[in-house]
Amino acid sequence: MSLAVVPEGSPLQAAHEEPDYIRAKSGVLSWVLTLDHKRIALLYLGTVTVTFFLGGIFALALRTELLVPEHGIMDAMTYNRMFTLHGVTMVFFFMIPAIPGVFGNFFIPLMIGAHDVAFPRLNLTSYYLYLFAVCLGLWGMIHGGTDTGWTFYTPYSTTTTTAVLPILAAAFVNGFSSILTGVNFIVTIHTLRAEGMHWMRLPLFVWGMYGTSVIQVLATPVIGITLALAGVEHFLGTGIFDPARGGDPILFQHLFWFYSHPAVYIMVLPAFSVASELIGAFTRKPLVGYKMIALSTFGIAFVGFLAWGHHLFTSGQSVVDAGVFGFLSMLIGIFTSIKVFNWVGSMYKAAIHMTTPFLYALGFLFLTVFGGMTGVALATISLDVHWQDTYFVVAHFHFIMAGAVVLMFLGGLHYWFPKMFGKTYPEGWGMIAATLVILGFIGTFTPQFFLGNEGMPRRYYSYPAHFQWLHVTSTIFAYILFMGLLLTLIYLVVALINGPRASNNPWGAPQYEWDTPSPPPEHNFSATPVINRDPYEYVGQEIIENAN
Amino acid sequence: MQTDAIDAGHAPKEPHLRFQFSDSARQFHAAKFGMWLFLGQEVMFFSALFCAYAYYRNQFPDAFFRASQHLNTTFGLLETIDLLTSSLTVALAIHFIRQGKRGLTSVMLIITIACAFIFLVMHGHEYATEFHEGLLPGRFFHPEAHLEGPALPMESAMFFTCYFFLTVLHSIHVLIGIGVLSVVLAFNMRGKYSQAYYTHVEVGGLYWHLVDLIWIFLFPLLYLVT
Amino acid sequence: MIQAAAFYNDWMRKALNLPPQASTIAEQVDQLHFFVITVSTVAAVAIGLAGLFFFAKYRYRGKQMVGQNFQPGLWFEVVCVTGPLLFFLVWFFIGFKQYVEISTVPDDAMEVYVMGKKWMWKFAYPDGPNAVGVLRVPVGRPVKLLMTSRDVIHSFFIPAFRLKKDVVPGRYSELWFTATTPGSYEVFCAEYCGTGHSMMRAEVVAMKPDEFDAWLAAQRDASIARQQDSYQSSQEPPRTEANMVLQGQRLAGEKGCLKCHSVDGEPHIGPTWLGMYHRREQLSTGETIRIDEAYITESMMDPTAKLVAGYGPVMPTFMGKLTAPESAAIVEYIKSLRDPQLQAQPSEGPAYEPGRRP
Repeated sequence: MSLAVVPEGSPLQAAHEEPDYIRAKSGVLSWVLTLDHKRIALLYLGTVTVTFFLGGIFALALRTELLVPEHGIMDAMTYNRMFTLHGVTMVFFFMIPAIPGVFGNFFIPLMIGAHDVAFPRLNLTSYYLYLFAVCLGLWGMIHGGTDTGWTFYTPYSTTTTTAVLPILAAAFVNGFSSILTGVNFIVTIHTLRAEGMHWMRLPLFVWGMYGTSVIQVLATPVIGITLALAGVEHFLGTGIFDPARGGDPILFQHLFWFYSHPAVYIMVLPAFSVASELIGAFTRKPLVGYKMIALSTFGIAFVGFLAWGHHLFTSGQSVVDAGVFGFLSMLIGIFTSIKVFNWVGSMYKAAIHMTTPFLYALGFLFLTVFGGMTGVALATISLDVHWQDTYFVVAHFHFIMAGAVVLMFLGGLHYWFPKMFGKTYPEGWGMIAATLVILGFIGTFTPQFFLGNEGMPRRYYSYPAHFQWLHVTSTIFAYILFMGLLLTLIYLVVALINGPRASNNPWGAPQYEWDTPSPPPEHNFSATPVINRDPYEYVGQEIIENAN
Repeated sequence: MQTDAIDAGHAPKEPHLRFQFSDSARQFHAAKFGMWLFLGQEVMFFSALFCAYAYYRNQFPDAFFRASQHLNTTFGLLETIDLLTSSLTVALAIHFIRQGKRGLTSVMLIITIACAFIFLVMHGHEYATEFHEGLLPGRFFHPEAHLEGPALPMESAMFFTCYFFLTVLHSIHVLIGIGVLSVVLAFNMRGKYSQAYYTHVEVGGLYWHLVDLIWIFLFPLLYLVT
Repeated sequence: MIQAAAFYNDWMRKALNLPPQASTIAEQVDQLHFFVITVSTVAAVAIGLAGLFFFAKYRYRGKQMVGQNFQPGLWFEVVCVTGPLLFFLVWFFIGFKQYVEISTVPDDAMEVYVMGKKWMWKFAYPDGPNAVGVLRVPVGRPVKLLMTSRDVIHSFFIPAFRLKKDVVPGRYSELWFTATTPGSYEVFCAEYCGTGHSMMRAEVVAMKPDEFDAWLAAQRDASIARQQDSYQSSQEPPRTEANMVLQGQRLAGEKGCLKCHSVDGEPHIGPTWLGMYHRREQLSTGETIRIDEAYITESMMDPTAKLVAGYGPVMPTFMGKLTAPESAAIVEYIKSLRDPQLQAQPSEGPAYEPGRRP
């Protein structure tokens, strides 16, 4: 890894005597009751790692069952519960909290020159609400879980005899964690920016987290009440979604997707914001179109609230409604295109430094563009009539969810690993694992586009034999993907325990967080910083040695 | 980043000032901003229910009208006046603490909490009546034969489903408000607040105003259906 | 030219693993599909290759550390926006136009009732027969499916027709198509509905028009009327009526409809059912409507919602008292009373007491 010259007058000299945040206080209670945003980030990291692997094991079990058209390793009901729990675990317990909870918490204060977030106790509360939600979910799973799909459509969810209530409750509680984190980040970004940190000097990661937080605060309450309504109906038979009592099951779908469509932007905007940081760091030049990338975030957030009806094209809404939602859905693609073109444009006349995080960024670019384009294809109403509820949709959202979110989570984890832990991970193993992961994702989900075209419906335990060869291909690559992920976990843990010491700025990156020691001290800076340069401005940052 | 070499330490100038904030005014602003955001999400929380109500009222206008006749509008009006009064008293509480008058602040908070309790008692009485008359949600809807007026159609059950969801959720928020204001009252009586620092009173008052505001919408929508 | 287009269509269809195009809309939808997916793939591959190309060309070597601060002008952002936007809007318009066509049922479509329930599909032609798991349709004639569910939401999906519609309890959803090629086409349930969701399959058998007519006539012959088409052996006991009109007639008596509605034109407590279907009535609000299936069903569930002028609001609601297939059968019975000269079924004698004048 390369070393960077420390800029003049940096707070690093003053901070050398202060212990870093990991060593500052010891004992279990100092972690469990911590108010330090960096320690809270690590708490999140531990939990999301567990939930990610749990969701992944469910997925692997599903793919193994799908190797054969009929009964493989489990019966139909078990399979149905597994795909539901895979979805619930991944969406609510990994995708939504991971990047904000880990990197948002750790780096927003560092990037804006603050000592902590605005409400540290609220921050810890958010984490414990999340942990409680995970425990509720696990408890539900122990009682057999539910089989409704993570979308809980009524009247199936309100009449099923499976343990749907604990799962609904878990998602409800998780929502509050999400809302409080959003409130915290918005207030932090508004009120704790250091002197000289104008809005147009904010790192793009912070812009992305800001947009995400706005969606979290406004959209999550709607899913809260919707799941509560479904839960009460299940428990008490109130009939708000029951046609026999005058209720409308499609009302549930509208309310559910009013949140769940913006929710996908809660998942993807943080990933986009990490991508901006990685591309900014490894092209070693200012990003192209900083303002457009920042503002397009709000375009996505705003129009994202207006497009939910594209999940209901075949459900029974009027043709006019379908037209309006279809049109609005197309507009979201514009804002994403802006980001993609600017990212690629940033690589022109760059000085690209190939590292594991940048490899993840390249994989991210391809998977996001293809995933995003298939999203536009799905928004084309007549095409969606064929594709709705088939594997085409499954492939589309996994390309984005896996391709964007997971790849950027891993990319961010590798990029910021030295800063967070003060250790270096082995770059060679990193590249190998990244290759396995990227190829694994592409190989697992590309066959699923073809499965969907052929008519293979989703959430199917058994299927006609002519779908089999595509399922087998998908499963083989799923195992490759899993190996890559397992490998990553292993070498990161080894590096954590035993890795070589990292310098303060091993990448020679110009962003503000690299000015602090690796790892940073408990209160981030010994004195309140004053910002006098732009986030991607390379001033006095010269590489004097290439250890690679 | 350059450091501000003159600012060496972070000894808080006031006891309530947290280390991440540079001054009291900024901390106060952050607290209020945070509470406004939280209130924004509370509005979204209720708005989904309002949407469901609007949809079903549009589907079954006659059934909703006839069902609404069976609500006790007098009580509803008294509850509205009660909550409006409590909003006034909590605003006065903030007014007085800004002048440092802790005693009056406590009095105003006590009246606010009392109004909240009165609201809950009155609404509880309404629920008891509805329970006796069989005007309950969904499968529990069994309107009693002795009810005056023409027999209620089955769709009226949907009105009561919406009514109970909305008012129970609101009452839960009233309870939370009582909790919040009680804690603020306890802290005030222990001398925690002053002219310089009264953040909790301010944000607690904001929360209470929202609880009142939601009721202002609920009352005409549920009780005054024409 | 036409041969080239046909070759392109066939080649793309197979390359993308799409089923044969067996309905009139399928080929149009596929054309749009090819357009969209080709542009998407080209764009994604181009971006990926651009990334790799830039990486190869601008890889930092030796001591050159920092890239040039290249900031293209506003034109770059404008191109980034307008380029994709043009494509997206074109796709939207074509797709919407096709969707309108998919949603607009031709007037002369042959109707079939579809009932989804865990975990099977039942089909009923208004004049008979009934079938489980096999829907026979004529090629070249539009067919309209009136679908409802007995329990939870299902979805009727025919991949070869490129069509799908959710089947919802408590309401009717419509799906129409014109099959183009004789053959048997898979039907899947496409909305999760429980343990047997992936086994809830059926087939559409498209037949040449004369073969279909012959089959239908044979089915309506009284002696064959009790046989059923079956996709797999069905667990259900055989139905007591071979067609919905008879069932509706029976129910009208059992449920008390005929206490207030006559079937022979006599005025009574409620409007007569003779000639009711497609009759224009004025409502108590002054509005005029044309009576159709939806109105009749709504009147059974919410009688005072749209009251015919001159009649009192005395009809009780049958919500919760009639299942979806029962209300559908009554609708079919009312529809059969269209023309007093022509009875849909030979009369089997009265199954009810004639309504008495008040």
